Amino acid sequence: MSSGGVVEHFSYIVTVFLMVAGLYVVMARGNLIKKLVGLSVFQTSVYLLYIAPGKLIGGTAPILAPQYTVYSNPLPHVLILTAIVVGVATLALGLAITVRIRETYGTIEEDEIIAADNAVQVAEDVRS
Amino acid sequence: MSALALAFVIPLLGAVGIALAGKSPNLRESITLATAVLLFGTVLQLLDPVLAGERPELVLFEILPGLSIAFKVEPLGMLFGLIASGLWIVNSVYSIGYMRGNDEKHQTRFYVCFALSLASALAIAFAANLLTLFLFYELLTLMTYPLVTHAGTDKARAGGRTYLAILMGTSILFLLPAVIYVWHLTGTTEFQAGGILPANMDKGEVAILLALFMFGIGKAALMPFHRWLPAAMVAPTPVSALLHAVAVVKAGVFSVVKVVVYVFGIDTLTGATDWLVAISGFTIIAASIVALNADNLKRRLAYSTVSQLSYVILAAAILAPLSIVGAALHIAAHAFGKITLFFAAGSIYTAAHKTEVSQLDGIGKRMPWTMAAFTVGALSLIGIPPFAGFISKWFIMSGAWATQNVLAAAVILASTLLNAAYFLPIVHRAFFRPLSAEAEQHPHGEAPLPMLIALTFTAVLTTAMFFFPDTALRLAEGVAASLKAMPE
Amino acid sequence: MSLSVHLPALQVVLPLLSAPLAVLLRHGGFAFAIVTAGAWAAFAIAIGLWLQVGESGTISYHIGSWPPPWGIEYRVDRLASFVLLLVSGIAAIVLPYSRASIEREVPRDLHYLYYAMFGLCLTGLLGIVITGDAFNIFVFLEISSLSTYVLIAMGRDRRALAAAYRYLIMGSIGATFIVIGIGFLYLTTGTLNLVDMAERLRAVESSRPVLAALAFITVGVSLKLALFPLHQWLPNAYTYAPSAVTAFLAATATKVSVYVLIRFWYSVFGESLIFEKLPLPQILLLLSLAAMFVASFTAIFQDNLKRLFAYSSVGQIGYITLGMSFDSVNGLNAAILHLFNHGITKAAIFLLIGGMVLGLAKAGAVPPAPTFDRLAGLAKRMPLTCFGIVIAGLSLIGVPGTAGFVSKWYLILAALEKGQFWIVGAILLSSLLAIAYVWRFVEVAYFKPAPEGTTRQEAPLSMLIPAWILVIGTIWFGLDTSFTVGTATEAAQQLVKVGR
Repeated sequence: MSSGGVVEHFSYIVTVFLMVAGLYVVMARGNLIKKLVGLSVFQTSVYLLYIAPGKLIGGTAPILAPQYTVYSNPLPHVLILTAIVVGVATLALGLAITVRIRETYGTIEEDEIIAADNAVQVAEDVRS
Repeated sequence: MSALALAFVIPLLGAVGIALAGKSPNLRESITLATAVLLFGTVLQLLDPVLAGERPELVLFEILPGLSIAFKVEPLGMLFGLIASGLWIVNSVYSIGYMRGNDEKHQTRFYVCFALSLASALAIAFAANLLTLFLFYELLTLMTYPLVTHAGTDKARAGGRTYLAILMGTSILFLLPAVIYVWHLTGTTEFQAGGILPANMDKGEVAILLALFMFGIGKAALMPFHRWLPAAMVAPTPVSALLHAVAVVKAGVFSVVKVVVYVFGIDTLTGATDWLVAISGFTIIAASIVALNADNLKRRLAYSTVSQLSYVILAAAILAPLSIVGAALHIAAHAFGKITLFFAAGSIYTAAHKTEVSQLDGIGKRMPWTMAAFTVGALSLIGIPPFAGFISKWFIMSGAWATQNVLAAAVILASTLLNAAYFLPIVHRAFFRPLSAEAEQHPHGEAPLPMLIALTFTAVLTTAMFFFPDTALRLAEGVAASLKAMPE
Repeated sequence: MSLSVHLPALQVVLPLLSAPLAVLLRHGGFAFAIVTAGAWAAFAIAIGLWLQVGESGTISYHIGSWPPPWGIEYRVDRLASFVLLLVSGIAAIVLPYSRASIEREVPRDLHYLYYAMFGLCLTGLLGIVITGDAFNIFVFLEISSLSTYVLIAMGRDRRALAAAYRYLIMGSIGATFIVIGIGFLYLTTGTLNLVDMAERLRAVESSRPVLAALAFITVGVSLKLALFPLHQWLPNAYTYAPSAVTAFLAATATKVSVYVLIRFWYSVFGESLIFEKLPLPQILLLLSLAAMFVASFTAIFQDNLKRLFAYSSVGQIGYITLGMSFDSVNGLNAAILHLFNHGITKAAIFLLIGGMVLGLAKAGAVPPAPTFDRLAGLAKRMPLTCFGIVIAGLSLIGVPGTAGFVSKWYLILAALEKGQFWIVGAILLSSLLAIAYVWRFVEVAYFKPAPEGTTRQEAPLSMLIPAWILVIGTIWFGLDTSFTVGTATEAAQQLVKVGR
């Protein structure tokens, strides 16, 4: 890496920060909703990872016209459009499952769910 | 269909028939007997061609190049096949008496598994390569497992677990790597006269490979992997008689001889078997001493089997053509003798409900036929003429002399004394001691007739083999001749 | 233009079409018919592709006639054709089975959605295998993953929801790792086409972004394939999902992930980077051994039969990755073989367990978990089911004459080739663990007395027949190996040649 890192690599630093922060939230939080929020942040960091290098300052959409010579790479944008759809779908599904968990378990705290499962296990053992 | 193929098809069809006839005991047992007789007849058909030098073959599948499920009859397999299928007839007669006399449950499963075990034993006998041998060796373990745990009690299940753990464990941990290593070295697992391993193999490597084989073939009950055999004694006596005196244990020592003769060959092995002589000698003596102290009759017989099996291993390890003849003959001689002894033990249990040696005082007066047969079996195993055991021991001894193997000769002599020490007191008790007070109050006679017929017949066989050893001897000599590669 | 040219596209498109149709029809029966038809068509196409590859070598199909590297390429080589066969074949067998199986295990008003999700999942898995475009892999991966989460959550036990959620989190992290890795590769090479990417990577080999990409992709895929110790999501997901789903996933989902790993390692990064410059094989070797022992050992002590075999799956995946760690044709061959052989074996077992739990249920009730205390003397009641599990169990152990033996044979051969005898010992030792857990079932089912009044009551034929097709398959591929070994060897040689 050359000098002047911080400004030059600003977008990367943000990306890495989001990535790590998201992943941390997923792992450290016991609340199922917060975990999903973390997951979304984590996935969003990837969007940035793809798009930032594809964008040139002053570049335009790649439409051939005599007055433009600098174009942004459109491919990352297209890819990330797909990834966003995937991310939204994941989030929606995760939330839907959380709702169902709340309906059956009566809680969305991970440790309480585990405790409830263990209780069921013990009850089964006793019965058998 | 060739006789060889029929030898597998008949017991399989028999098993299906037995399973279908489960509702009607008479029909079921007729099918068992018919299957046994037919099977013996089929195997007998192979005898003349084999004696004439033919080697009938059958290839079932070629799994990978050089790796197939195939069968090929040679003299040793012929001998083993004849013994197993022949004694199955006798044992079926005996089983009928025993299973009915003791009101055993799950009799259909019993007969089905028996037929399948026999099919596996024959497949081992006729295996043309190590892979086939290994496959059916495992199948035999699996098929006999339900027979061992037959009673379904916790003790039976525990015995079954030991049985399975040792047999499966040793075969997968030692035998399989040995088979793979042979394939790795030679690109084949085919049995061949004179062996398939190169004669100039490093002796240390040979010794390691031999050790993998010898301990991997757990069914040969070489110490320290002999514990499964006493554990298997929880099974009903017909199972102990045919499987754990004949089919299963003989499959073990048969495999040992087969591997020594047809995989290694005398040239490769020379100089690499001293440790095997020592350890099989140790097994012979140690097992005899345990037998000496065992009060339970079946346990004593089981340890006697452990000891007698190592005779065969010892004989193979001596590496003299004469001792190989002895090894092959001992497979037959011990089979006849030990099945007689087990039959007798089962009769005693059925008629008198006695299981311990110390309870047998004076029983010879009430069960003269049974105890007479027992005496014949015992004398044969000690090696006294005119019984079969004498011949095989003679050949093993001659082999030991021929190679100046003092250790082996000493072991054989010492063990003969030990054999006498643990068998003769039983005979003495039965015939020369008065009945105990407790036994006086529970009168009983001989066991049911089918059982008597069976044990008399095997006692006669034991004697007959001494006077007419011709067929067995010719087969055994055929095996010894294969020690060196024949120009084909 | 003949239709056969478009088989690669149809392979994915037909099951993809079946899914929305199933949703539109909103009827369990129609949905079943249409998705099953889609799966069977996919199976037929996979056979066709396998034959085509045999005749004319690797197929390259250009979506929309845009030539690669600009357009998306579908690429079918030997390995891809083999995995396509496995995935579509298992789907074609599991779907007819589903009909009776989900009757009790999934609420009836959800049946049409079940089939739709199944169709999508199949589409995703087939797509991952067939595509030659890195980003496409990610998209298909997510299609299959999202539908998998839904399928697992359909289980009646509420723990299925927790398992699905957990898998969703772990799976999404894995997928995101993969897409980060692909992003790095794209940034360094400027292409997404795998073949093109591989060529350009040769120039920049082992620059830092490439190594980062390798790390992200390897970890991400390892999560999806449940490489020890990243397998935590698997046991619960397999245990509480509906039986048919468990069978399908066990046979295909992890296997496809293995395919992705092989594809990236051998076809994209190249062997010299993976095996010579990095300590990856050593790491993989250790993790595989850990899986073989720890997971198999854990399996022995499980009380729920489904969970027992779920842990066994983790252990068996260890064999597959062990094969990959050898860096030899025989090792890769063993991995590919075991991928296939274990797939059909495990599918057979889970299908049979599905029939079993149905038999354990009281009339009309939700099937209970197959815990050992419920299985006493089961062989008397369901002889065919139990016998099938025993045979498949023998294949897990690796008894000769079963499919499991063939793959283990090659695995051991690969270890011998390397002169590493202790690995041979480890492989055999871990087989003993397999005996232990299979035998627990045998003892309980065959030798514990059945409850009083037990009568013979087998699972319905529509479940037994598919399961037994696979059981017979495990024996068939243990005896006649020309198809499996032939294809796997060819695939392994092709990959190793390209990777060098």
